[in-house]
Amino acid sequence: MSVLTDQVAIGPPSHSHELVRRLIRNPVAIAAITFLGIVTLLCIAAPITAPFDPLHQDLERVLSGPTDHNLLGTDTLGRDVLSRLLYGGRRSLLSVLEGVVVVTALGVPMGLAAGYAGGWVDRVLSKFGETIMALPALIIVLVVLAVLPQNEDAAMISFGLIGIPAILRVVRSATLRVREDLYVAAARVSGLNHLQIVGRHIFPRVWGPVIVQASLFAAYALLFETGIAYLGLTADPSTPTWGGMVGEASTAIQRQAWLLVPSGTLIASTILAFGLLGDALRDAVVMGEGGLAHGAPRSVVTRRDRDADTAEPLNGRSGLVLRVRNLSVSTMRSAGEIPIVDGVTFDVYAGETLGIIGESGCGKSVTALAVLRLLPQGLRAIGGQVYWQGDDLLSITERSFDGLRGSSLAYVSQEPQSSLDPTYTVGNQLVELIRHHQRVSRRKARSSAIALLRQVELQNPNQVAHAYAHELSGGMAQRVAIAFALAGRPKLLIADEPTTALDVTVQAEILGLLRRLQRETGMALILITHNWGVIADICDRAVVMYAGQIVEQSGIQEMFDRPLHPYTLGLLNSHPSLAEPGSRLSSIPGNVPSPASWAPGCRFSPRCRFVAEECVKTPIPLIDVGPGHASRCVRVDQIFAKASA
Amino acid sequence: MFVPESPALLRIVGNRLLLSVPLLLIVSALTFLLEALIPGDIARTIVGPQATPEQYLQLKHSLGLDQPLFTRYQQWLENVVHGDFGTSLFNHEPVTTLLNGRLSVTLSLVVGSTLLAAIVGVLLGIAGALRADIAGTAVDALSMVGLAIPNFFLGLILIALFAVAIPLFPATGYVPFDESPLDWARSLVLPVVALATPGIAVVAKQTRDSMRAVLERPFIRTLRAAGLPRRSIIFKHALRSASAPVVTVLGLIFVASLGGTVVVESVFAMPGLGGLAVQATTQHDLPLIQGVAVYFTALVVVVNLLIDLAYGWLDPRVRVE
Repeated sequence: MSVLTDQVAIGPPSHSHELVRRLIRNPVAIAAITFLGIVTLLCIAAPITAPFDPLHQDLERVLSGPTDHNLLGTDTLGRDVLSRLLYGGRRSLLSVLEGVVVVTALGVPMGLAAGYAGGWVDRVLSKFGETIMALPALIIVLVVLAVLPQNEDAAMISFGLIGIPAILRVVRSATLRVREDLYVAAARVSGLNHLQIVGRHIFPRVWGPVIVQASLFAAYALLFETGIAYLGLTADPSTPTWGGMVGEASTAIQRQAWLLVPSGTLIASTILAFGLLGDALRDAVVMGEGGLAHGAPRSVVTRRDRDADTAEPLNGRSGLVLRVRNLSVSTMRSAGEIPIVDGVTFDVYAGETLGIIGESGCGKSVTALAVLRLLPQGLRAIGGQVYWQGDDLLSITERSFDGLRGSSLAYVSQEPQSSLDPTYTVGNQLVELIRHHQRVSRRKARSSAIALLRQVELQNPNQVAHAYAHELSGGMAQRVAIAFALAGRPKLLIADEPTTALDVTVQAEILGLLRRLQRETGMALILITHNWGVIADICDRAVVMYAGQIVEQSGIQEMFDRPLHPYTLGLLNSHPSLAEPGSRLSSIPGNVPSPASWAPGCRFSPRCRFVAEECVKTPIPLIDVGPGHASRCVRVDQIFAKASA
Repeated sequence: MFVPESPALLRIVGNRLLLSVPLLLIVSALTFLLEALIPGDIARTIVGPQATPEQYLQLKHSLGLDQPLFTRYQQWLENVVHGDFGTSLFNHEPVTTLLNGRLSVTLSLVVGSTLLAAIVGVLLGIAGALRADIAGTAVDALSMVGLAIPNFFLGLILIALFAVAIPLFPATGYVPFDESPLDWARSLVLPVVALATPGIAVVAKQTRDSMRAVLERPFIRTLRAAGLPRRSIIFKHALRSASAPVVTVLGLIFVASLGGTVVVESVFAMPGLGGLAVQATTQHDLPLIQGVAVYFTALVVVVNLLIDLAYGWLDPRVRVE
């Protein structure tokens, strides 16, 4: 899938103005900043903004709901709720500031030290962090408050100290990432001392995550501060605090539930604003580091051009099992659709082996996954039909497709080890598959599983059944993966480069196994490969793909004897064991173009040594050049008549 | 590879227990030394400003504050090892008696809320992973709100709604299990929900992210291509691979909910360790609050051990490493 990762835009490093620009484009961030700004200003200016003295009691107006006189009502002693909130906010916001200052002032240098120095410094600091994380913060602060009664500053400083590990870890890992960068090494060589390097070159690159953490920590600090204030541990009861006001409200919950609303809502909204700001900052920072901020679209099959091919569905015509018509796959990104596979058409007959060959990035695997409807996120089949026994696989429901997978079509991937679930034994997974497909007892399934493992030529099937994926060699894992695919007795097996990741000797064994299994079961096989040896070894027919299209298609003997497309010819000539003895081994100049940069005419033309004017203007159709032989080359007559002459 | 399973697990348990010794030592030292480290005089705080110098010195002596710090710590530690956390300064009962009498309340709350957070959070997270559009956004919004509402406020809202307006559950109090299992459960519902809500949010978010990553892994494609039903792929295969970070988060949630019980027990007037801690704080009952801190840390140690075992059970590779 390297074609896809090429498309990810790498943003510039997070400079401050860049970050601010991304932030102000985010409405959530704007709302959060505005809210926090207004609340802070109103609270700081409480002596001016508050309509009443927060301590003034008016026993005639006890527990009033919102009125013109008291906008947010009054409490149990008739004090104005709004005024108390504004005065109380000064203490709460100051506490948040204290906590954030302590946590960053100490956590950032410690994180820089751990990440930059490494070694024992890192180990000691990380261990320290782990230990602190295991402590319930509130209990430690309670110990502090037992010694220093009602001292909120002490409580918040302690809370900041306990919060250090969170920021330490973030700064440490950010520093580790930057430390090995070239320009840091260059700074070291140029003779700057460590302090200068950290200050000038590392800190500017890690402060993004720091402000994210600081914002999130502010949310926790406020949550904490209002908690201890609620418990009445930080102030005497008459002093207004946000948490304390919720506490007062709780005593009147039966009489005037409204009283809970102003203080509780204000606390929750302020915490929410800090949290949302932190998330928005994170998005902005991550975007700056080149991550994908947008959720990738789901992989869904949608139908666009039904009329691309009007060929009637086949009704069990003898021999034909799969019929692919004009299959097209595109990426789905905010930038727009980019075709990856473009109008692929081929048939597969019962019991035959069809090879699909081409360089990496030509769309072979994507074609296979589209047939199986297992395209990764971000890719969609946007057109064409895939007929299986009269049904178009692209338009049947997901549920009916589930019924076909494994029992009609099966799949073997090129990464044997990572294609097995690491957390269950081979036997467990195989038994589950067999029981799903064959509805037999667990006991029966177990013996079938062993038989299946023996069928894929594993030496010790019992031992393998009890093994986990990480205990198997690559060859063993691929045999197991084949056994998984066979568990539902499929009629068509699609094997995507099943031998690429394996040793040469093991490759031959796996190919031999596939050939034998095919003979025994009569299933059809689609083999995706970039190796002509594999094609020659077991395929009956071959399809050559280039830049998302089929460029040539014919019987295997015909293709080796009489290739009729310059790309096929180039591929064959570059293959060591097939080139004419004594002739120079030639490679095709250039690389497979990425899907966004396909040429408008013949997509191979930029690399083709026979290129002429007519090649580059218009798209080239796939034309029949002989019985069962097709080529996508307009100059096929000139080039190959000359070549054979 | 030839290490059989059980000795490996034993080794994990052994390692964790060994690591927990320094943790307990550090916490006990911290809680003990905080009194010395913090500027302020606990004896003066306790006797109050009106006390005579004799009363002050007498209290200092009875607290052992007139002895060198290290000697005091050594003595305290020795006693703690023998299960003696000293005597409460306020009501003169042994600290262990006070703590043990209230442990079951706090355990019911903390275990109940961690389980609730695990179950609801995982289910929400899976929904969020499978449906990127609706449920995914819902999980995001919910987790933000769940984290932002302080548990004391949420607790009071729950009381106002489900105890006062619609009297389904008792507003406050705790019924011991052996008195009436049904009333025990009813008395726990509201406090457990209040305590679990932030945890639900965190678990849902972690589960969603980790499930999304796992669902993109090749083995999921293999199992889907081999025909396994969706149900099994999600709940048996993907969930297990996705669960290690979720378990880590559950450990942190457990620690956080120990702190949370202090507040929630106060909201619901439940006689647990948290309430005791608040009481000890306002009464400057140092031996009692030290005892609570050590108890809480011991609980954290036990939970970390369970989490290590869970890692081993979830991922076979951990067992052989």
